[in-house]
Amino acid sequence: MAGYQSLYTRVQVVPPHYPGVPVQSGAFTRGTKTGLSYWLGRIGDTQIGPIYLGWTGLTSLLFGLAAFEIIGLNMWASVNWDPVEFIRQLPWLALEPPPAKYGLGLPPLNDGGWWLMAGLFLTISIMLWWLRTYRRARQLGMGTHVAWAFAAAIWLYLVCGFIRPFFMGSWSEAVPFGIFPHLDWTAAFSLRYGNLLYNPFHALSIVFLYGSVLLFAMHAGTVLSTVRFGGDREVEQITDRGTASERMALFWRWTMGFNASMESVHRWAWWFAVLCPLCGGIGILLTGTVVDNWYLWAIKHGVAPAYPAVVPPLADPALSGVMP
Amino acid sequence: MINNKQNILTVLVCLCAGLILAGCGERPPVDSQQVGYRGTAMVNFTNPRVEAATEAANAVPAALPAVPGDGPRAGEVYQNVQVLGDLSVAEFARVMLAISNWVAPEQQCAYCHADGESLASDSLYTKVVARKMLEMNRDINVNWTAHVQQTGVTCYTCHRGKAVPESIWFADPGPVTAGGGVAGSRMGQNTPATATALTSLPYDPFTPYLLDAGPIRLATDQALPADNDLNVKAAEGTYALMMHFSDGLGVNCTFCHNSRAFASWSESNPQRVTAWHGIQMARSLNNEYLVPLTSTFPASRLGPLGDVAKVNCQTCHQGVSKPLYGVSMFADYPELGAPKAPAAQPAEGEAVAAAATD
Repeated sequence: MAGYQSLYTRVQVVPPHYPGVPVQSGAFTRGTKTGLSYWLGRIGDTQIGPIYLGWTGLTSLLFGLAAFEIIGLNMWASVNWDPVEFIRQLPWLALEPPPAKYGLGLPPLNDGGWWLMAGLFLTISIMLWWLRTYRRARQLGMGTHVAWAFAAAIWLYLVCGFIRPFFMGSWSEAVPFGIFPHLDWTAAFSLRYGNLLYNPFHALSIVFLYGSVLLFAMHAGTVLSTVRFGGDREVEQITDRGTASERMALFWRWTMGFNASMESVHRWAWWFAVLCPLCGGIGILLTGTVVDNWYLWAIKHGVAPAYPAVVPPLADPALSGVMP
Repeated sequence: MINNKQNILTVLVCLCAGLILAGCGERPPVDSQQVGYRGTAMVNFTNPRVEAATEAANAVPAALPAVPGDGPRAGEVYQNVQVLGDLSVAEFARVMLAISNWVAPEQQCAYCHADGESLASDSLYTKVVARKMLEMNRDINVNWTAHVQQTGVTCYTCHRGKAVPESIWFADPGPVTAGGGVAGSRMGQNTPATATALTSLPYDPFTPYLLDAGPIRLATDQALPADNDLNVKAAEGTYALMMHFSDGLGVNCTFCHNSRAFASWSESNPQRVTAWHGIQMARSLNNEYLVPLTSTFPASRLGPLGDVAKVNCQTCHQGVSKPLYGVSMFADYPELGAPKAPAAQPAEGEAVAAAATD
């Protein structure tokens, strides 16, 4: 018999409008308009809505739209309003931060001013969206884990675009808005500061990034492998651990002697995900402010290994006095 | 049945994607050559399919038969021979013939020597340019052996049968933008730039580094912050120049650099020292030989900003780490090296040389 709520299910529940669990307080009354989507039902719940926008959602979208338009229209102007070139060159286009000469001052609009404005609006938008996730969770009587996980990502965003440029004394240190340009910025950042690979917080960030992937694969694999025993219904399994949960736990005790619990595996996952941008942000913040050459820092502290020389060590030709 | 159809569809989609990728011309497998200690990613990559085309494009033409170097000097026999006056008449004729084949294979002599005028006439700008280029060629072979070693260069290294070498550069005003100066600034980058291997890095990496002596070295030489004002934007400039190196020489970063410490000389490959001299050389040639020719060229030969055509790595290298795969055409044309010391009568020879430069 086909199972319900599986990615491959061919059975879809078409229920009447379901407004959700009762909420104790609040002026917001849920709408009665909801839709059903067959295709969304293939990957999740068929029901769409009710959607809560509220003043945080509305203002967040407005500020986000303003930032999006500033970035997009500057990009479009940079290709002389040519729609074809706009699409063709889109991955290369960017809105750049001001040159170093303006420091933390206000540059002319076309020399980084638009970047500053877009950054301000985008930050307001993101902050409002964060408030929205926090307030909606509280409204439902939930914990605020999603909001704080989101805050970890915002921390990295703010370090790159605001906090570190502030400490370096120049907006020019910040990241451009653009697809390839922000990647080039990343590579150039590592080149300027002597290889970010040797930044220990960068290393930790990667540990948690790859760790998150590993945990996600382990957890998702474990749950999916017991769907036939009802293992996908995690909430019920916590209060009434049936055969599915027992099999999951035994599988991991067999293979590695220890198993996470239904609750703890999500704490593991949450912390790994949150620590990735948290450590990354610390690593970026220390770069240029506290450490200027991570490779030499690693040599100084015995972190970087020494490899046998394959070619005789070179001398800097600029110091050799051999000219030309 | 439905499942079978879906499976067939999936296989077809995968096949199409594979074919599209294979059509790029740089399909795998790629050849790799280890150039450093194991496990340190010190590997150079070449694609044999790309390599085959590059080899064909860098074939060396046969040298003209050697001629005797004795007898009267060209500077004594001909008028207005300012650079190659030390050659014998036969050598001089051979070099002139070679140059016409290398630079103007269709127009031949008439490209520099105006029809119906004396060969000594400087009425065509091309002859004035050619003279300066001969001086440059000798300068390179004599004074820049740190970069060109004993392989040296000839006109053909850059020209390859074309009056204007294929890979030259002008100051780049950048693409046309709109916005009336109020919006849409590219800030000198963020366009698929051919100068930087189609990256979004600064699209003119030559003016700051191969004409002006802008700072290429970025990294601080100590762990903690020191007096180093270069920021990430400066790093993007250096990065752009290095992408030109990589593209112009057909190599990846680890040809010169150690991937873990790009700035460290003691851990770099020896090629990096050669490249360093190459930067000095290109900068010197642009300032000593090409910029002074700006007023000699007609406006049609100048760049969009009115500057003269200049050299970069690609001008000679043309996608190969050793131009023409290291074949020394200079060995067949030693006349393009150091001027010969006058053999028989030094006093008279000096007088001739002095007369030639008058």
